[in-house]
Amino acid sequence: MNSRVLVTEVGQVVAGTVVCALVLPFIVDVHTATLLTVYAMLALSLGFIWGFGGILCFGQAAFYGLGAYTYALAAINFDGAWAAFGLAILVPAAFAGLLGALMFYGRLSDVYLAVVTLVVTLILFKFFNSTAGPSYRIGEARLGGFNGIPGFPTLTVPGSPDTYIYGAGLFYFTIALLALVYLGLRLTLLSPFGRIVVSLRENEERTELLGYDVRFYKSAAFAVSGGIAGLAGCLFANWAEIVTPGLFSLGQSAEIIIWVIVGGLGTLIGPMIGAALLGYLKFALGHQSVVDNSFIMGVLLIVVVLFLQEGLVPTVTRFAKLGLRRSSSKNSRRQSRRKRIVSDVR
Amino acid sequence: MSGDVVLETTGLTVRFGGVTAVDGVDFALRERELRCLIGPNGAGKSTFFKCLTGMLTPSEGAIYLRDEAVAGLAPFQLGQRGVGIKTQVPSVMNGLSVHENVWLAARRRKGDANAATLSALEAVGIADLRRETVGQLSHGQRQLVELAIVLAGKPWLILLDEPAAGLSGEEVERMVGILRGLVKHATLIVVEHDMHFIRQIAETVTVFHQGRIIAQAPVEDVLEDPLVRDVYLGRSR
Amino acid sequence: MDFAIVVLVEILHSIAVLVLISSGLAVIFGMMRVINLAHGEFLTLGGYVAILGHRNGLNLYFCMLVLAPVVVGLWGLIVERLVVRWLYGRLINTMLATWGLSLAMTGAFSMIFGNTMTGIPNPLGGLTVGDYQISGYSLFLIGAAAAVMAVITIVLKATRAGLIARGAMQRPDMAQAFGLNISHVYMTTFAAGAALSGLAGALLAPLVGLSPGSGANYIAKAFITVISGGASVVTGTIVSAGLFGSISQVFTLVTSSVGGEIALLVAAVVLLRLMPIGITGRFFKGWT
Repeated sequence: MNSRVLVTEVGQVVAGTVVCALVLPFIVDVHTATLLTVYAMLALSLGFIWGFGGILCFGQAAFYGLGAYTYALAAINFDGAWAAFGLAILVPAAFAGLLGALMFYGRLSDVYLAVVTLVVTLILFKFFNSTAGPSYRIGEARLGGFNGIPGFPTLTVPGSPDTYIYGAGLFYFTIALLALVYLGLRLTLLSPFGRIVVSLRENEERTELLGYDVRFYKSAAFAVSGGIAGLAGCLFANWAEIVTPGLFSLGQSAEIIIWVIVGGLGTLIGPMIGAALLGYLKFALGHQSVVDNSFIMGVLLIVVVLFLQEGLVPTVTRFAKLGLRRSSSKNSRRQSRRKRIVSDVR
Repeated sequence: MSGDVVLETTGLTVRFGGVTAVDGVDFALRERELRCLIGPNGAGKSTFFKCLTGMLTPSEGAIYLRDEAVAGLAPFQLGQRGVGIKTQVPSVMNGLSVHENVWLAARRRKGDANAATLSALEAVGIADLRRETVGQLSHGQRQLVELAIVLAGKPWLILLDEPAAGLSGEEVERMVGILRGLVKHATLIVVEHDMHFIRQIAETVTVFHQGRIIAQAPVEDVLEDPLVRDVYLGRSR
Repeated sequence: MDFAIVVLVEILHSIAVLVLISSGLAVIFGMMRVINLAHGEFLTLGGYVAILGHRNGLNLYFCMLVLAPVVVGLWGLIVERLVVRWLYGRLINTMLATWGLSLAMTGAFSMIFGNTMTGIPNPLGGLTVGDYQISGYSLFLIGAAAAVMAVITIVLKATRAGLIARGAMQRPDMAQAFGLNISHVYMTTFAAGAALSGLAGALLAPLVGLSPGSGANYIAKAFITVISGGASVVTGTIVSAGLFGSISQVFTLVTSSVGGEIALLVAAVVLLRLMPIGITGRFFKGWT
């Protein structure tokens, strides 16, 4: 792609990030804002592989939890928290790549894929839940069973090992990483690799007939998605300062899927907004006990699937486009061309 | 027309449960031939075709592509060996633009992918449609997009499954012209039903019936063959 | 020898439980290709209905075998008419909508029944076999599971309703051409599947404590059993439950109950890798 496209992309992302970083702490407290940003990144990971790769992973929480646990275990065992940070991305990515290879080289599809991914997250949940007792440890770190692992060292500013990154600092760090991930994904989708991934979502058979090994591309995309989810998990670990098996749970995987659906499958912005909105809703609802949280989430999901099938962002975008079209037809043609995910590759 | 044998099958057999769809077929194709495969429905030509494209693995027998045994290879491996495949139902990426569809094929070859895309689009005559989303095009236009995709990969062997299906008269004429141009540089196998279309493009025709080849001859001779006529008119079973 | 009997009964128990919890889902998935992710909550509802009925003085067996299936069947009917019937053919959308239903039902259970565990006592005592005890209820469950499978087979193969259902599922367009109201067939099948789930949940209530989140335990195993079983309703369920139940129980005996659960899950992954469309996609094709 040419430099004009690159500059536009980077510029848009930077501007958007700055706006969010400034505005968000006014809507919720910084502590919650960080969590919402982590959720947005997690949703992005699924939004990428599902919306653009066409692969519905029912166990995205597996990579999230792996990232969190890897960070905690590595941080306890090594001295440098940043080594743990790196591992927390690599381990889930590698795991996802291997799992993907297992599934895609076996030509698994659709429902069967969903089952395998669901099973994997269940296995991890059950395993980590059962590791109570001093015999379950990795190096110096006890796995802690359903109580999880508390008290691991969190990230410090590179160069001054006594300055921990927390509070507002952690928020800005997290949102900066989110921006980086988002930008990375946008650029990936414009790259040949990204076009091939989209192409195999559109028509896997034809993509294969062209000579592309679709099994490899699916596995690679799956690994990328796993790595991003792992990064989100690592950031969560730093935010919560404890990791528990609940991170691997079916409920967590369900939430991620709901974020993506509500926000809008097939876009990158949609899942982030869905995650932030629903995360905030859960936070707000959690403070009342009149109506149960799950009940509301459940009804919301049913309503969205029945009536708002594309999700929030595409529906809103469509209405916005209708409005724009009325104001100036020439203007809206240019706008809708830029908004199209499909773009000419030069 | 005649040259080395570039594609050969020996004893190719495909069984589905109790049914033998392709029965010990020996087939040979020379360089820069344009061969048509015809036969009534259920004769086994589509199954045979699917073995050549890698979408089916034969139960028995061998397939040689330029002396390399390729039976059972995955479609993408055949694609990498320079085989271009056009399926019966247009197999294209509906959510992408025409340009993108063809570009994905063009970039598999060395050189400027964009230029190759443009020339493939022009060869097929749809350069003006390049920014359209394929899902919005008519069936005939999508057939042409798929043809452009196949051409952009610069294949030396092209397998086409019913390229004239669903095309208007004018589009068929265009297709004939394209295929006649292609055979100057490449070798072609065309599976077809439309006899008028076949007469305009084919040199040799291979006739399938009940999983076997019952006749193989130049177009006009094949149509005179009484056995072939019986098969088509349904007198022999 | 006595030990062998006890082990055998425990394995059959494990299989029976899987069969029961999967039967409703198998009917709905096998016949309609609908994945009902609220299946676990249907089971839990059956359990709650049985407990409530029993608490209010009704005979326990009546509650388990009649009340629970009827109530949950009716609920299934309502769910189908309101939600599921708009989503046929869209597999992922039905999964998501039923997942929403699952969340909503879990939340509703919390609000209505509270978060504590409830249960009913085991109505049957133990049996002595040599030096060991086996639970009489285990035998009851094994019998119940066999009966359920037999009834489903009979209904599908030997009754007019079953034939209509199977025909409608195979070729809905043709069935409609014969004047059949497909919508009714779908509705009845879904309700029947729900009723089976209610029955299973009620039968299992004396074994495990019931809480609003119990459904999550059931859904995963049922889902896995049904998908691994493949398209055949009865054969698929029996074969896959047989396989997983045995593996799970053997590992439980050797390691721990967690070990058994993990073994079941790993077995499922391996099986699906080897047979991507389920067991009855490869073997026993065409069996009911």
